[in-house]
Amino acid sequence: MQRFADLYRRLDRSTATSDKRAALIDYFRQAPPVDAAWALWLLSGGKIGGTKARIAGSTELREWIAEASRTPAWLVDECYDHVGDLAETLTLLLDEPEQIDAAPLHVWIEQRLLAVAGREAALRRELVVGAWLSLDSEQRFVFNKLLTGALRVGVSQRLVQQALAELSGVDIARIAQRMLGAWLPSPAFLQQLLSAQETAEDRAQPYPFFLASPLEGEAGSLGAIGDWLLEWKWDGIRLQLIRRAHQTALWSRGEERLDGRFPEIENAAQQLPRDCVIDGELLAWPLHQDMPLPFSALQTRIQRRKPGPKSLAEAPARLLAYDLLELDGADWRERPLAQRRAALQELLTGLPDARILLSPEVAATDWDEAARCRDTARERGVEGLMLKRSSSVYQAGRRRGDWWKWKLAPLSIDAVLLYAQAGHGRRSTLYTDYTFGLWRGDTLVPVAKAYSGLDDAEILALDKWIRAHTLERFGPVRSVQPLQVFELGFEAVNRSSRHKSGFAVRFPRILRWRQDKPAAEADRLETLQALAR
Amino acid sequence: MPADHDDLVIATSAGLYCPAGDFHIDPWQPVARAVITHGHSDHSRPGMGCYYAAAAGLPILHWRLGTQDYRAFDYGETFDLGRTRVSLHPAGHVLGSAQVRIECGERVWVASGDYKRQADPTCTPLQPQRCDTFITEATFALPIYRWPDTATVARDIVAWRDECAAQGEAAVLFCYALGKAQRLLAELRLHTSRPALLHGAIAAGVAVYRSAGIGLLDSLPIAEQERGRDYAGELILAPPSAAGSAWMRRFRRVQTGFASGWMQLRGNRRRRNYDRGFVVSDHADWPALLQTIEQTGATRVIATHGATDALVRVLNERGLSAGTFATDFGGED
Repeated sequence: MQRFADLYRRLDRSTATSDKRAALIDYFRQAPPVDAAWALWLLSGGKIGGTKARIAGSTELREWIAEASRTPAWLVDECYDHVGDLAETLTLLLDEPEQIDAAPLHVWIEQRLLAVAGREAALRRELVVGAWLSLDSEQRFVFNKLLTGALRVGVSQRLVQQALAELSGVDIARIAQRMLGAWLPSPAFLQQLLSAQETAEDRAQPYPFFLASPLEGEAGSLGAIGDWLLEWKWDGIRLQLIRRAHQTALWSRGEERLDGRFPEIENAAQQLPRDCVIDGELLAWPLHQDMPLPFSALQTRIQRRKPGPKSLAEAPARLLAYDLLELDGADWRERPLAQRRAALQELLTGLPDARILLSPEVAATDWDEAARCRDTARERGVEGLMLKRSSSVYQAGRRRGDWWKWKLAPLSIDAVLLYAQAGHGRRSTLYTDYTFGLWRGDTLVPVAKAYSGLDDAEILALDKWIRAHTLERFGPVRSVQPLQVFELGFEAVNRSSRHKSGFAVRFPRILRWRQDKPAAEADRLETLQALAR
Repeated sequence: MPADHDDLVIATSAGLYCPAGDFHIDPWQPVARAVITHGHSDHSRPGMGCYYAAAAGLPILHWRLGTQDYRAFDYGETFDLGRTRVSLHPAGHVLGSAQVRIECGERVWVASGDYKRQADPTCTPLQPQRCDTFITEATFALPIYRWPDTATVARDIVAWRDECAAQGEAAVLFCYALGKAQRLLAELRLHTSRPALLHGAIAAGVAVYRSAGIGLLDSLPIAEQERGRDYAGELILAPPSAAGSAWMRRFRRVQTGFASGWMQLRGNRRRRNYDRGFVVSDHADWPALLQTIEQTGATRVIATHGATDALVRVLNERGLSAGTFATDFGGED
C-alpha cells in the first residue's frame, strides 16, 4: 500500500491542479494494474465493502483504537472532536511500528478487508488492529480512509480522467463515458478503459463541442451576409443530446452527464423519430412565455440531481436545438451547416413536444439590419447574435473563422471598491479579488465581485493603495476606505433574494479604474434596478 | 480548584503569585518582583521592577526587553525571596528556559513554564524536579500529539529544499522567530552545509544565539541580498507573520512550509494553505507531559494553558489531585 500512500501524500500536498495531475499520471504509469484498478475505484469515490459487507463502523473503530492505544474512550472522543476527522484521529493515536507490512493495495483490499467484510466483530477487529500495528502513519491514514469512507484529497473525477487520457492517449470524453455506470475495479476494466479501440459501450459518448469566438472587429468584414446563418446567442447551458437505440444521454459542455436532472428534456427526446445527436442550448423557459427566464433560474436546476415538482414548475427546461451532429448512426459533422440545419429542422418538425425546438434563424438582409437586431437582444433575454458560416463543418474546440459570437456591448456601472482579498497561485500575495458597492441612501451596498480587467501595473498600484487604506481585516479580507471608483461591465442583472443588494450581476469585470471620479459620484443602486430583469 | 491558604503559588489578575515569597512568575501586569521562565513575549513582559532569571536566558531578555533590573542565577543556584528559597532549573524549551522551584518549609512547588523533552542542541535538557505540586503547561495535552524524531524532520526539510531547487523554487519555511528558528538551524547543520537565508525578524534572534556560543547552520540576512536576485533552491526562514505579506514578492517562484507542533494536524496544514507542514515543537507532547509529571513525584498538578481539561481529567482518574490556573499564556509554537 506504500505506493498508494505516496500518491495520497503527493495529492494532499499539492495545491496546483497540474501537480496533482502529474502525480496521478506517475502513479498510473508505475502501479501494477491490480493496484491501479483499486486506486481508480477509490479516487472515484468507490468504497470497500459497503453497507452489506461491513468492515468497521465508527463506534467500533473508536472502541478498538481506545484499546489498541490504551486511551480512555472519552479521551478518544475528545481527540476526535479536536481533529475533526476520524481516520486521522485513529492514525495519530498510535506510535510508529517497528516492522512495516509491505503488502500492496490489492492484497490489503481483496485478500484481507473483503475477506472479513460482514463477518463477526472479532475477526474484523483482529484485521483492523493488526493493520494499525503494522503500517506506518502515512499508510495507516490511507488505510483508515478506506474504512471510514471518502478519500477527500481534492481530486475530481475529471482530474483523474484527464490524467488517464494524457497517459493513454484515449480521448477524455471516451474515458469519462467508459467510467459511467457500474464497473468493477479489475485489471480487465482498466485495460478496456484505456483501450484505443472503440467498444460497444462507447456509443453514448458525446462529440467534442465546437466553440464560437468573440467577434472583435466589424461584422461587415465577414463578407456577404447571405453566406451566414444568424441566430440568437442564448444565455443557458450548452448541451449535447444523444439519442441512440432508444437511450437518451445529456452531456454538458463540461463533459458531465446530466441524466436525470432534466427529465422533461429526456421525455421529449423519447419522442424523437430517429436516432440523432443534437447540439443546443438548455434554458429555463416556461412554454407559455415568449422569452426565457434569466440564467439564475436555470442555475437552480443544475445542481439538482432529481428535481422535485416545485423546481420543475418554477424553472421548466427547454432545449433550443441548433445543430445536428449525427443522424441514424452516421456522423454528419463534416457536412456543411446549411445541410445539417435543414435535416435538424426536418427532424424536429412534427415533434409533438415543444420542449425541444429549433433555435430560430434571425433574418437580416444586411449587416446594419443584423446590428439593429442585436440591439434588441437584451429585451429578448439573449446575449446577442451568433454568426455561423453556412458552409462550415462542425469542428472541435474553439477555432476562429466560422463561428462568431457577437455580443451586445456590456452594461456598465461606476462602483466603489469596498473589500479586497488576496488572489490565488502567483497572485497570492496581491490583493486582486475585489468587491464593489453602489450607493443606497448614504451607505454603500455590495453588488459585485470582480477579479479581472486591470493590468499588472494597475494591480500593483491598487494593492499598495489597499494596504495603506485598510479599515478592518476579516480573516483574508480587508475592508478599505470607500474612495476608489471603478467602471464595471456586466452582461445582465437579475433580481436575487440571495444577494444583500437584491440584485445579481452576471459576468462582472473591471472596464476602467475611474481615478478621475470621486466616490460620491459613483452610481446608485437605482441605476442597477433600472437595468434588472 | 479552590486555593488552599497554604498554597505556594496562586493565580491572580497580574499572574501567578507566590504569597510566601512575595513574587510573581511570568506576570502579565507590572509587579515589583518577577521570576521569569523564558524570553517569549507571553512569559516575559516589560514593566517589572526586578527580573529574576536564569543566566543562560539573560541575552534573550536583554534583546527583548532592553536594560532592566536583572538578577541572573545559574541553573540550580538558590536565592531567597521572602520566606521561600527559589532556584531555576532547565526546562528544555528555548535557550535559557527555566522551571521555577520554590521551597518553603516542608513544601516544594515547581512551576514548569513551557518545556519539552526532545533533544534540542540549543538548550539544556529539562531536569525533572521532585516536588509536591507541579504547575505544568498543557499546550499539546492530547494523546494525538506525539512528536516525530527531529533529525528525521530536519532531513525532510533538506529534502524539501532540494525538491524546490529542482523545480526552480525558493523554500520559505515559517517558524517562530525565537527558539524554533534557532533550533532548526542547529538541527539542519547536521544535514546540510548550505547557508539558510533569514528574514530580519529572525536574524536578530539568531545573532543572540550565536553570541551565546550555540552552533548554528551558517545564515545570511535577506536584507543584505542584491535586489532581484534569484532565490531558487534556497531555504529561507521567516516568521509566520511574513506569510502573504509584500515581503514575499521577492521570491518569484516559491513553496512555503511551517514548522510547528500544530502541523501535526492535516486540517491546520490545509487551512493555512502552506505547501508543507513540518512537525517540530518546543513543547512537550502527550507522552512527555505524562512522563514528566510522573518523574516529579507530585501528588498535585495544576495545568496552566492549552488542552488542560483532558490532562486534568486523566490525572484525576490516575489518583492525582489535578486542577487548572487560568493564565494569559499563548499557544504559539
